[in-house]
Amino acid sequence: MSVSAPRGLASSGQKLITEILHPLSAAEEQLSPGPDVSSSSSSSSSVGGGKEPGLTNGTPVEMSNPAPASQLLNRLQLDDDLDADAQDLTETRDLFVTVDDPKKHVSTMETYITYRVSTKTTRIEFDLPEYSVRRRYQDFDWLRTKLEDSQPTHLIPPLPEKFVMKGVVDRFSEDFVETRMKALDKFLKRVADHPVLSFNPHLNAFLTAKDLNKRQGLALLTKVGESVKQVAGGYKLRPRPVEFCAMGEYLDTFSQKLGTLDRIAQRILKEQSEYLTELREYGAVYSSWAGSEEQLQRPLEGVAGCVTTCCGALEDASENMSQDFLPVLREYVLYIESMKNVLRKRDQTQAEYEGRLEAAILHKQEDRTPIPVEVERCQDKVECFNADLKADWERWQRNKRQDFKQLLTGMADKNINYYEKCQAAWESLITVLQDKQTEDKTSETN
Amino acid sequence: MAEDGKEESVASSCDGSDRTEPDGSLNHTVPGDGSSLLRRMEICVAEAERRSGKNAVGMQETFTVYLIETRLLESVDGRNPPPDSLWRRYSEFELLRNYLIVTYPFIVMPPLPEKRAEFVWHKLSADNMDPDFVERRRVGLENFLLRVASHPVLSNDKILYHFLTKEHGWKEMVYETEFQAKADSRLRALNATFRVRSPNKPLMETKHYSDELQSHTSQLLRARTRVADRLYAVYKVHGNYGRVFSEWSAIEKEMGDGLQSAGHHMDAYAASIDDILEEEEHYADQLKEYLFYAEALRAVCRKHELTQFELEMASQDLVSKKQQREELATGIVRTFSFKGMTNKLFGQEAPEQREARLNLLEELIAEGEEAVKDKTAECEEYVERAWADVLRFKDQKDKDLQEALINYAHMQISMCKKGIQIWSNARECFLKM
Repeated sequence: MSVSAPRGLASSGQKLITEILHPLSAAEEQLSPGPDVSSSSSSSSSVGGGKEPGLTNGTPVEMSNPAPASQLLNRLQLDDDLDADAQDLTETRDLFVTVDDPKKHVSTMETYITYRVSTKTTRIEFDLPEYSVRRRYQDFDWLRTKLEDSQPTHLIPPLPEKFVMKGVVDRFSEDFVETRMKALDKFLKRVADHPVLSFNPHLNAFLTAKDLNKRQGLALLTKVGESVKQVAGGYKLRPRPVEFCAMGEYLDTFSQKLGTLDRIAQRILKEQSEYLTELREYGAVYSSWAGSEEQLQRPLEGVAGCVTTCCGALEDASENMSQDFLPVLREYVLYIESMKNVLRKRDQTQAEYEGRLEAAILHKQEDRTPIPVEVERCQDKVECFNADLKADWERWQRNKRQDFKQLLTGMADKNINYYEKCQAAWESLITVLQDKQTEDKTSETN
Repeated sequence: MAEDGKEESVASSCDGSDRTEPDGSLNHTVPGDGSSLLRRMEICVAEAERRSGKNAVGMQETFTVYLIETRLLESVDGRNPPPDSLWRRYSEFELLRNYLIVTYPFIVMPPLPEKRAEFVWHKLSADNMDPDFVERRRVGLENFLLRVASHPVLSNDKILYHFLTKEHGWKEMVYETEFQAKADSRLRALNATFRVRSPNKPLMETKHYSDELQSHTSQLLRARTRVADRLYAVYKVHGNYGRVFSEWSAIEKEMGDGLQSAGHHMDAYAASIDDILEEEEHYADQLKEYLFYAEALRAVCRKHELTQFELEMASQDLVSKKQQREELATGIVRTFSFKGMTNKLFGQEAPEQREARLNLLEELIAEGEEAVKDKTAECEEYVERAWADVLRFKDQKDKDLQEALINYAHMQISMCKKGIQIWSNARECFLKM
């Protein structure tokens, strides 16, 4: 595909697509007021029985998943209250993707996890309206590489980290698989949302082919892609135009801040865990004291119970932080790296153009022959690249704003939730204790 | 014993009508209608002040004095009596308490606030001069006075009354009671180990309970300190969010305002823990009071053991003397005695000598029987009074601690509410991002 105007979609930039209901999933999908970004709600609604990677050998399943049209419409209507950006309001999506249902596959050679990738679409580029295939991480990695190669002027969303230290992280633990799956889902949704990337034939293959034969590859590398790839580092780098400089600086600072946020969040988790340990012991002392008391036994047990409830609430809150909050931060760090790479490629393209231009001018000083065709082509390339990059940048900024708005709001919600649980526990204890007090008083006066 | 007279006057009623003054010792009770002092008089420890002066060995020292204000509640001649006030040091409170312990050993004595700050979580100062510590001590001293002045037995004590009303010469008055001598011997006795054959069962169970109470309250205080330290860290780390949000907002356009304001709320969150933990100190103080009360309870039980032991010793002594008399009278030696041995070795003694010894023995036996009778009465009376106060104490403890737990729950609720408020504010800011 060329990097010319994308077909179908006037713009992109809206948030990640909300969930597609799988007919087998028991859970109701959650219609939250904002765009359903956080994969926690999306995957929980469709993972249904897929929470634990089953030990059975999964086989690729192709099912048709008809979703009622009204549900699709509902989802589209949710995007109302977001950006006042005029473009976004007229958008209609016609490609929906989901990653869910992790399953463990055991073969003689290796053990690995596959995920179900479901697609629903009305695009003519797709033969069927629905697809369901199984893919493993390798396949996602292949897709990303192909996208990067074939669409070098565009920002490709990041994948979760590839390598995990075998001894340190359990690749098959529920938590790890779930976190990874959410990130893969996000990746795919971002690609599907992109006005250019979503039309990439590699994506099409990824979503539809029963067996992804990666070695074959698709002979549809763009010419632009090839030629951009062939830009050697032989051209002197030129100063960046101001706007791209600003982008670079922003990315550097933002990356720094994200790193700090990550460290703070981890520190909080650590402190919370130590607090939890002490709190448990503290509750136990109340229980043990209750054993030696008569009248005070119930009140003391009551306090011990409250403390235990608070411990549980804290555990939940901490788990949420590490499962939902931290991965998103880290993903953005990867996203920033991708963006920086694209900026660098742009710089190289510009370098090539200006280099050739200079050379051409030097040679043709005497003649009045027009600028050679390759130089013109380079100029085109640079201009296209700049345009694509700017468009992607805008989209990225909007997405980033939504993602972080949701992330931080989520963090606030979790904290509020935690305190609400604790408050409820203590309030019910007071009722019990005060009832007891009045009981005691009346029995006294009798 | 010289102490008998004093003990009698103490052991006599609380109604103040008995004003015997044997041996020129002070009358311990104050004329009154027997109702507690607190009903007749308002008492409070209003202020604390730093003073410096020369101490007993002539060295300069700084110390804190506390202002005790009292006001009689009944009006005299139709006019409201003016309030009275005097200054007292912590050491004078200690003196008062020691006097009361010695004089009323069967009472579970209200404790004083701790001398030095213990069970301190790290941010709180352990310095005696720290204003927060002094303030909490002021409250503790007032609490002590209120407890003593409302006690059915203690509130009638004259020395207590003068402590509250007589600024100068009070110390001399206390020393004149010569309670010090009793104090030393009591301390020695309580620290000694002795086995009692038939102690009072309920009091022994109470002693066991006092050990449990002491262990549990001190465990709880330690655990609470550790929890406080950790909670402090969690809140304070959130303050870092404030800084990062602020720095981050500088590079953002639309997100900037929301982030910046959210940052302020994170700062507020981090700061909120200081007040929360300061308030929790009141709860810790209530626990501490009962930690010290446990000691006092134990002392009452130990004193009973001591008395019972003395009784058993006296009885034992009487029994052995009677046996000796029997042997002397019948000539049959049942038990080993040196006299018997020397008799064997050096020959029997003359009848006149035996007669003399027998008479002496009879006297001793008579004295011994008196002693046993007195001691038995003393023991029984002690048990009766001690048990009455133990029951009173148990009721008080149950009520106080239940109240303390309810207050603690209120504190937790208020902490939760504050947390919800701050995070809701932050959430509003995030939504505006």
